[in-house]
Amino acid sequence: MIYFIVRRFASAVLVLFAISVSVFLIFFATPGVDPAARIAGRSASAQVLAHVAREFGLNRPLPIRYWLMMEHLFIKQDLTSYVNIGVRVVPQITQAAPITLSLVIGAAVIWMIVGVLGGVVAAANQGKFIDPFIMFIGIAAVSVPAYWLGEVMNLLTQSKFHSSIFAWVPPPGYVSFTTSPSEWFLHLLFPWLTLAALYAGIYARVLRAELVNALNEDYVRTARAKGLSERRILFRHALRCSLISIVSLFGLDFGALIGGAALLTEVVFGLPGVGMLTYTSLQNLDLPVIMGCVMYGAFFVVLANAVVDVLYAYLDPRVRLA
Amino acid sequence: MPEAPLLQVRDLTVSFATRQGALRAVDGLSFDVGQKEIVGIVGESGSGKSVAIYSMLGLVREKNATITGSVLFEGREILGLSDKELQPIRGGSIGMIFQDPMTALTPVYTVGWQLVEQIRQHLHLPKAAARQRAIELLGQVGIPDPKSRVDRYPHEFSGGMRQRVVIAMALSCNPRLLIADEPTTALDVTTQAQILDLMLKLQDTYDSSIVIITHDMGVIAEMAHRVVVMYAGRPVEIARELDLVRHPRHPYTWGLLDAVPRLDAKHDRLRTIRGNAVSPLNLPPGCAFAPRCDYVMDQCAQRPPLQGDADHVDACWLSDAQRVTIRQRVEQPS
Amino acid sequence: MAAFGLLVVVVTACLLAPVYAHHIAHENPFTSNLNGTIRLGNKTVNVLQANTQGLGLGVTPIGPTWHFSTYFLGADSQGRDVFARLLYGGRTSLFIGFISAVICCVIASVLGLASGYFGGAVDWLISRIFDIVWAFPIYLLAISLSVVLLTSGLNIAFIHIQAGSLVLPILIIAAVFVPYVGRPIRGLVMSLKEREFIQAAIGAGASDFHILRKEILPNVMPSIIVFFPLMVAFNMLTESALSFLSIGVQPPAASWGTIINDGLDLLYTRPWVAMAPGIMIVITAGALNVLGDGFRDAFDPKAKLRGSI
Repeated sequence: MIYFIVRRFASAVLVLFAISVSVFLIFFATPGVDPAARIAGRSASAQVLAHVAREFGLNRPLPIRYWLMMEHLFIKQDLTSYVNIGVRVVPQITQAAPITLSLVIGAAVIWMIVGVLGGVVAAANQGKFIDPFIMFIGIAAVSVPAYWLGEVMNLLTQSKFHSSIFAWVPPPGYVSFTTSPSEWFLHLLFPWLTLAALYAGIYARVLRAELVNALNEDYVRTARAKGLSERRILFRHALRCSLISIVSLFGLDFGALIGGAALLTEVVFGLPGVGMLTYTSLQNLDLPVIMGCVMYGAFFVVLANAVVDVLYAYLDPRVRLA
Repeated sequence: MPEAPLLQVRDLTVSFATRQGALRAVDGLSFDVGQKEIVGIVGESGSGKSVAIYSMLGLVREKNATITGSVLFEGREILGLSDKELQPIRGGSIGMIFQDPMTALTPVYTVGWQLVEQIRQHLHLPKAAARQRAIELLGQVGIPDPKSRVDRYPHEFSGGMRQRVVIAMALSCNPRLLIADEPTTALDVTTQAQILDLMLKLQDTYDSSIVIITHDMGVIAEMAHRVVVMYAGRPVEIARELDLVRHPRHPYTWGLLDAVPRLDAKHDRLRTIRGNAVSPLNLPPGCAFAPRCDYVMDQCAQRPPLQGDADHVDACWLSDAQRVTIRQRVEQPS
Repeated sequence: MAAFGLLVVVVTACLLAPVYAHHIAHENPFTSNLNGTIRLGNKTVNVLQANTQGLGLGVTPIGPTWHFSTYFLGADSQGRDVFARLLYGGRTSLFIGFISAVICCVIASVLGLASGYFGGAVDWLISRIFDIVWAFPIYLLAISLSVVLLTSGLNIAFIHIQAGSLVLPILIIAAVFVPYVGRPIRGLVMSLKEREFIQAAIGAGASDFHILRKEILPNVMPSIIVFFPLMVAFNMLTESALSFLSIGVQPPAASWGTIINDGLDLLYTRPWVAMAPGIMIVITAGALNVLGDGFRDAFDPKAKLRGSI
């Protein structure tokens, strides 16, 4: 197991390197694009352009430029914006990160609970009405844009029914956990539900299929022949084995969420997380901030995937050897 | 007066409602298993032998299945009991060994965990004692270094070793009856012999009865005291092992026995039963074996009853005299 | 079947967008109409009205008239006909989704076939490229590419693509999804290569090109057919997200994503601006997904695209 963890993180480091090189190449070595002008923003003076060229070593060889970029991003962490002059990028990201994490982790908790419950209920009630219902939700969930669903939520809670059943919903925005846990919860509730709604259906559907397969497996027959209760067979044997594929799916989705739907959901709900930061910097074409967000975001996703893989190996002993 | 049989199966019938009509997988199966007796059930694949024993323990889960008849275990009717009522019987007084050891164990738990789970379910031992018993059992079934192997996962064992684990599991709660469904089919030949020896040895130690299901007459010859030959879901001959092998009465049994390769073979070619097993969906109205039988007569359009003396019954219209003639011709080819 | 019918209706409606704009609504959906008026019944109404609430800043566009002849779904903050834009936007969204899915499937098939069939160094190189793109969060990769390319365009050697061209989002979206299709195809080819009939063809001395084209491609095709509608749906959703972030389709061109973005500020006053394109996306992507499911059942029950959706 230790060996597996070490190997998994070693490969994560390699992937991180590859990703940082790709980001570097995209931003600094795309043919026909002048990186200095892009970084400095629109209508920058020649003085600023020269400063940028010096800061990122734009007339020096590629490996040195790569090193300089990484140094500004991770070692000195002194990357600054040229749109909002002098604002450091990295502190902005580290300030925004907890908000994004609150959003994503909370949503993940909800969708895992709802998804697993839904899947178990559907598998235990095969062929009854809940079955096609979950099927339908699963299809709907992969067809709805997250940010749009967020807007629908906002429309319902902030406008259409705000004076009646949703009077308790606070306006879009964010209150930190340390300021007021209950406000934090209320502000994040609908963003969580939005994201969770997208994934819970898929998870219930996938888990149902896995459980139905598992319940036909030989080992379930063995478990029954051992005289175990139906409940124990379902939870300790069939569900335990089905969770393996759910966890691997979770690894993919969690990563995709950080770099995708969460970003858009933050914008819609006015949460000042990394997604919002990316959004505003895209509006301003504030390249250093975008670069920072992309790099930190990608790194986080790769590391999160590595953690999920370790969890996966913990759940499935067969993987540890491979 | 012989003691009451441990297991009494009477007129067991299992049918599945399918789109093409009712499928009778088991049709009127009756047999007894005495104390410490080993009964073999033999037949080609698809003859309903596995379904028959799965149905006894409520392991046939298909919703379209109908099971009728009677199965008395230690004098108590167990057919139609709920899962909850069957729990103490399954794995407690009746242990089961399955055909494919590669898939019979839950892949995500150590073999020790799975053994302990069953031991604690039935014997209510504390954890440490259950683990001790698990190690003991693994040793008894011939797994080397059981103390460390107990914490290994199924995928770390070979097929033969896994089957030993499954046997250890089946025996863990001192069952009165052991049901083995093709326990050696998935194993290679040398391992097969070892597993059979092991089962015989353990049967002696644990004083249990065994029902062994197989399509291999060799296994029957080595293990069984009494044999039930099944064809298309119906019993066609029931006899003591020695009688069956020496004086088989049913043409299907002849076919099975003749299809066993023998070192003292008088024939150049191995004889086989012509044709394929019939589909239980369109059984002929009379004897199910008639379409493949070399000695088919007009009478075979009616279903023959199981008849004969108490220890040897079969279902065939051939008269004793006819059978003697036929067998003599076969034994001494010109 | 119902899904397919729905899809045909949506596609036809979008293709007929110019007919609607020119002959029924008589509005140009791409130019602002800040001071225009329309006749409703016997009243003349401004398309944009000054805000009377709050600080009185900004404007409130006219709401849905529910008359097909004019501003069926109302106007956006530029006074443009939302319904006409919706149809035009659908053309763009469907076009991007479809073309990028074609490009993506073609590139992925070529790479997957080469990687799975030739193995060795080719496989190593292609697999590593897949790995990196795969590990890169899709949107972050798309954002990086878009932000660099969209304002300056792409100029490599003799290829010149203008900034703001539709080709850019198409290429970007196609590129980021290549491993999602390429990986399963590679796996499929590798298992196919072990099969007897391929081995027989190799043994018989058939050329690589011949085997790939005549033996392997026909067996990979069902999976590609299954993936295709799912990819169109995926791509449409990605396009709408990128457009929403203002790095996809560039104004004044419209796509469903840009219209949702336009509608964000009008959400509480004129919700239909944002709701309508979202509903269109859900219907179209939903139909495509159902279609993909149907294809899977019909052609290749084992095909899996990401997990098991």
